[in-house]
Amino acid sequence: MTQQNADTTTTVPQRADAAPDFRGLETRGAHAWFGTHHALADVSLRFPERTVTGLIGPSGCGKSTFIRLLNRMHEFIPSAAMAGEILLNGSDIYDPLEDPASIRLKVGMVFQKPNPFPAMTIRENVLAGIKLAHLKRDNHDDIVEQCLSRAGLWKEVKDRLGAYGGSLSGGQQQRLCIARSLAVEPQVLLMDEPCSALDPGSTLRIEETIRELAEKITVVIVTHNMQQASRVSDFCAFFLTDGGPGYLVEADATRKIFTNPGDSRTADYVQGKFG
Amino acid sequence: MNSVPAVDQYPGVEPLRPWAVTRSTRLKNLSRLAVFAFVAFLVTIITPLAKFDGWAVAFLLINVAWVVGQNSRLGAKERRDAVLRVVFTSLAVVAFVPWLSIFVTVLLKGYRAIYPGYFFSDMRTSTPEDEFNIGGAGHAIVGSLIMVAIATVITLPLGILSGIYLTEVRGRMTFLVRFIVQSMAGVPSVVAGLFIFTTVVQPMGKYSGMAGGLALAVLMLPTVSRTAEEVLKLVPDDLRSAGYALGARQWRTAIMVVLPTVKSGLITAGILGIARVIGETAPLLLTSLNTNGFVWNPAGGTVASLPTYIFSMFMYGTEYSAARAWTGSLVLLVLVFGFFTLARRLGATAAQTAKTDSRKARNLKKKS
Repeated sequence: MTQQNADTTTTVPQRADAAPDFRGLETRGAHAWFGTHHALADVSLRFPERTVTGLIGPSGCGKSTFIRLLNRMHEFIPSAAMAGEILLNGSDIYDPLEDPASIRLKVGMVFQKPNPFPAMTIRENVLAGIKLAHLKRDNHDDIVEQCLSRAGLWKEVKDRLGAYGGSLSGGQQQRLCIARSLAVEPQVLLMDEPCSALDPGSTLRIEETIRELAEKITVVIVTHNMQQASRVSDFCAFFLTDGGPGYLVEADATRKIFTNPGDSRTADYVQGKFG
Repeated sequence: MNSVPAVDQYPGVEPLRPWAVTRSTRLKNLSRLAVFAFVAFLVTIITPLAKFDGWAVAFLLINVAWVVGQNSRLGAKERRDAVLRVVFTSLAVVAFVPWLSIFVTVLLKGYRAIYPGYFFSDMRTSTPEDEFNIGGAGHAIVGSLIMVAIATVITLPLGILSGIYLTEVRGRMTFLVRFIVQSMAGVPSVVAGLFIFTTVVQPMGKYSGMAGGLALAVLMLPTVSRTAEEVLKLVPDDLRSAGYALGARQWRTAIMVVLPTVKSGLITAGILGIARVIGETAPLLLTSLNTNGFVWNPAGGTVASLPTYIFSMFMYGTEYSAARAWTGSLVLLVLVFGFFTLARRLGATAAQTAKTDSRKARNLKKKS
C-alpha cells in the first residue's frame, strides 16, 4: 500500500512544501473510520484549481467516504472519525477554529439522488443556499438565471420558475441541485455519482455542465462509469480495497490512467476486467 | 386538466377503466349488505341470538353463507379469497354500526333544540326549561373555541419545538424528553385540571378561561408533540444533507427546509391535539367552571364551554334541558368532525399540489 503511494508522488506530492503556494484542495494522509471499521486509509491527493478529478474504483472502496471528508459531511455520522489533513488553499478545514458551515459554503456538494427541496419552487430552490447561509445578495433574478444557465436548465424551466422542484424530471432535478449548489459560489464542487440515476441524455447534459464549470471552479466527481470518467475528467484517482480499508492505488492524468496506467490493477479495472 | 389532444388522432378509441368497479355493482353490493343487515335483525327477533352481539354474528354468518353458496365456478383459491373478503367487509360494517348509532342517537335527541339562535344566543335571559326558540349555546361554543385557541397557541410551538429536539437536535436529553412526553400522555385529565387549579386558579383567586386553556394545553401537548415527532421523522435525510451541503447551520436547515416540507403534517398535529381536548369536561370543571353568558375576556372569571354546558344541562334534568344537552353534544361532535376533515383536507392539499405539479410536468413533456 505504501509502495503505491510512493509511486504516485510525482503527480500527487505528499508534502506541502513541494509547492507551498498550491491553490485548490489537497488531502494529506487522510483516513476515515466508522466506529472501529477502518473505511479509508492514507489518501494523499491534490485537486488543482479549475480542474475536474474523477474518483473511480469498485463499490465499497471508500470513494464516497473520501468525498464526504472533503466538505465535512463525514462528521454527521455519529460514529465517524478521521485522521490526516485536508487543506483548502493551504488551510486545514478540520482546524478546531474552522466553522464547518462556512467550509461547506466553499466546498459544495451534489448528491447521488436528486434532492431538491419539495416545499420550494424552482426559483426558491436556486436561492435556497443564499437564504440558508444568510448571504447578502440583491440581484436574485440574475443569480437564478445565471445558475440555471450554468447548470444547463434555464431554457427548459425559464417559463415556470414558480413550479415546485419536485415537478421536474429526474435529470432536471439533478441539474436544479447543481444550480442550487452554484448559487452560493463555491470554490469546489463535489459530486457523488451525480448521474447514476439518470438517462443517457440527461447524463450527457450534466457532463457538458461539468466541463463548463471547470472553467471557473474545481470539480471532484465520483463515478462508476468509465466512459464518463474519461469524458469529463482531467485527472483520475483509482481507489481499491482488499477487504480492509479502501486506499488510493494511483492518481494521474486521465489519459494516462486510461491508456498507460502505472499499476496493472488500474489497467484491469478501466478495461472492465473486474469491479 | 387532462391532456386530451385537440385533434383526435385515434378516432373511436376511448379511455377505459376495465379494472374499476362500476356504479351498478357498487350499488348492488351496498343494497345486498343492507338487506342482509335487516335479515340479521329479523334473526335476532325470532331466534335466541339477541342484542348487538347476536346481530353481528348473524350478519357475519349470512354474508359467509351467501358467498359460499354463490359461485360454484370459483376455484379453491378464489373461494377462500372471496370468503375472507366478505368476512372483513362484514366486520367493517359491524364496527361501523355502533359509531353510526351514536351519531344517529345524538342527532335524533338533539335536533329539536336547533334553531339559528341556538348558535348566537346565551342562557342569561332564559332558563333551561324554556321553549327551544329562546336561548342557546353560543356562549358555550365561544368559550370552548377561546380556550382551545389558548391551548393551541401554547402547545403548537412547544410541540413542534420538542419534535425538532427529538428528531433534529437529538441532544443528550432526547430520552428524558420522550419519556416525559409519553408519561404526560398518561396523565388523567382531572389531574391536569387539579394541577392548574392549584397553580393558577387558587393564586389568582378566580376561575378563568385562561386557566381552562392552560389545563387543556397540559392534555394537548403530548398529542401534538408525539404527532410532530412522527411527522418530522418522515423528512428524508437527503434534504437535511442538502441543506448542510449549502453551508446552512442546523437551525436554519430545520426551520427553512425540514419544517416547510411537512407543513401540512404539522397542521394535522395541531388539529389532532384540538380534537383530543375539545370534549374534555373534568379539567374545565376545576378551572373555568361554567356561566350563562358570553365571556370574551379569558381573564374575566368563569367561562362556559360546550362540555360543561352539556354537563349542567343534563344535571338540570328536565325534558327541555336534556334536549339542549343533546344538541350541545351534536355541536361538539360536528366540531370534532369538522376539525378532522379540515386536517385531512389540509394534509391532502399539499400532496395534491405536488401531484398536480408532476402531472403538469408529464403533460408538458408529452407535448414537447
